Amino acid sequence: MSENNSFVRKEMISERIPPAADRGLVKWVRENLFSSAFNTIMTFISLWVIYSIIVAVTPWFLNGVWDAKTVRECYDLLDGKSGACFAVLKERFPQLIYGFKYPSSEYWRPNLATVLLIVALAPILFRRLPRQLLIFTAVYPFLAFWLIWGGSILTSVSAFLGCAIAVICYRRFSSRSFAIAVLISLIAANVWWIIGGYIVDLNASFLSLKVVASRDMGGFMLNLLLGTIAVCLSIPLGIALALGRQSGMPIIKWICVVFIEFIRGVPLITLLFVANVILAFFFPPDTSIDLILRVLIMMTFFNAAYIAEVVRGGLAALSKGQYEAADSIGLDYTQSMRFIILPQALKISIPGIVNVSVGMLKDTTLVSIISMFDLVGMIRGPILSSTDWNGVYWELFGAAAAIFFVVCFSISKYSQWLERQLETGKR
Amino acid sequence: MAEKLKLEVSDEIAIKIQSMNKWFGSFHVLRDIDLTVNRGERIVVCGPSGSGKSTLIRCINALEEHQSGQIIVDGTELTSDIKNIDRIRSEVGMCFQHFNLFPHLSILENCTLAPIWVRKIPKKEAEETAMHFLEKVKIPEQADKYPGQLSGGQQQRVAIARSLCMRPRIMLFDEPTSALDPEMIKEVLDTMIELAEDGMTMICVTHEMGFARQVANRVIFMDDGQIVEQNEPEQFFNNPQSDRTKLFLSQILGH
Repeated sequence: MSENNSFVRKEMISERIPPAADRGLVKWVRENLFSSAFNTIMTFISLWVIYSIIVAVTPWFLNGVWDAKTVRECYDLLDGKSGACFAVLKERFPQLIYGFKYPSSEYWRPNLATVLLIVALAPILFRRLPRQLLIFTAVYPFLAFWLIWGGSILTSVSAFLGCAIAVICYRRFSSRSFAIAVLISLIAANVWWIIGGYIVDLNASFLSLKVVASRDMGGFMLNLLLGTIAVCLSIPLGIALALGRQSGMPIIKWICVVFIEFIRGVPLITLLFVANVILAFFFPPDTSIDLILRVLIMMTFFNAAYIAEVVRGGLAALSKGQYEAADSIGLDYTQSMRFIILPQALKISIPGIVNVSVGMLKDTTLVSIISMFDLVGMIRGPILSSTDWNGVYWELFGAAAAIFFVVCFSISKYSQWLERQLETGKR
Repeated sequence: MAEKLKLEVSDEIAIKIQSMNKWFGSFHVLRDIDLTVNRGERIVVCGPSGSGKSTLIRCINALEEHQSGQIIVDGTELTSDIKNIDRIRSEVGMCFQHFNLFPHLSILENCTLAPIWVRKIPKKEAEETAMHFLEKVKIPEQADKYPGQLSGGQQQRVAIARSLCMRPRIMLFDEPTSALDPEMIKEVLDTMIELAEDGMTMICVTHEMGFARQVANRVIFMDDGQIVEQNEPEQFFNNPQSDRTKLFLSQILGH
């Protein structure tokens, strides 16, 4: 090797900090705000836009009137200044949340049901919590029904026992044959429900809460009620539809395909009108199926069809090798779906399922069009059309938007957290 | 080269395939396959790509359905009866080219899932068995990791351990080393050699001719969906009879 190509280091170089312009905040500002002449101009324009919005909106918020009986009193208090009339939110708060017919002495019941909902969902949402909490989750739907609709607790207890009997019968007979087990458990549950019905009728006043009819439900409570139940029911239904669509059995496959494609091809609002008007024709003349129940059926079907397509995407994303590996170690169809395929497919589907479900929660406001008084229905109907609060649009719809934003944003943050939790290393 | 294994082969028949045919659509993949495998035999199947060797062993545990002929595994004939298929699959272990470990389960869970749910073995016992086989493939310390955190060679050894946990009587290998970096091939082959020493009945689709010489008691050469030549390794490599075999051997051993 020639003289000038040879080199031996005498002393090792110790670590140094990067130059001042490449550190911390300075680096961030330089890279993100002033990286080029064009970006610098855009930064200043954006700052100016943000500044003008703040200057325009702040007084509206700060001058806001919180104590007034009517919109005219508001304007008097504002005395020509620009300002919001938040008094409507304060005065009509119970109506926005519970609707205008739910008896005010019973507000504690939906409140308690909401708090318990969080407790019931916790073990499903957070895997680290003790599994025993799931027992409460199983009881919760029946408890919530009793709290919100009232009546004797025996109705809920009887319904719960019927379901419990069905589960026990299924467990008992499932080792023999799936179909027989399902049939026996259905018969057993129905027999119990008939017997239970008589017992409930005889003791109708036992631990009875004041009955609140479905048409008296309203406000954000109604949105939450419809959204929660429709989403909870549509996830299992959607998974079943997705698996059915992949089935090798042609009849099952075609039923699922027709169902999914039909529901997806029709706007939700049409289905709601069907629920409101036409669905009643399909039931025997004397039975009156509850309007909320009819709407729930349609919303569940609608959401399930979309979730089915999301899950189908997740199933398709798995490599064929996963199915083959599950087969080759001897797992049967149910086991390979439960332990291998669905856990992975659902993990891939989380963003899609959450996307569809958040959309469903927001779409519950469409029931205002079939004259149910949910949050938006309350605002459009009883509140804005009252002479007291005529014309207070911004405050009311802004509040509605804020409430929905808080709920939906929390859900999407949770789903991002869940995705990170389920990450077990990329391949 | 390592020394040739001398192992007993019993007279008991493990797998019997009689005039079996398979089509993919109108493409005739397997043509009149006749093959009898005795218990304790180590068979290497080789041949050019598309010759049907993978399809052949995938037919043995019904990952592919054959259209005519008979396959009898462990005395049970493969028909479309789901019960027979599940029974045979739990007796026959399989390793894939791309490992196909379950990425959402830890190594230990990968190994205990089937014993717990198919064999109905108590969890604790299944975990002990799994650790025993993980030690056998020399990665007990990885038991709590996930497949994505392991190297290819380690993943393939886990896949072997996962199959062994079902205590299979027959093992099928579908190009187990083809997707591996060269330095990892040896660790997987060593595991397979140990398995052969324990008397496992094995059918391996592989291009590792060193492995074939050392372990196999029979080498099968397939081309165009048929068995063209089969013989003991010494005869097969040193004195091939068919022109197709000669061509194939010259291509893979030539460089």
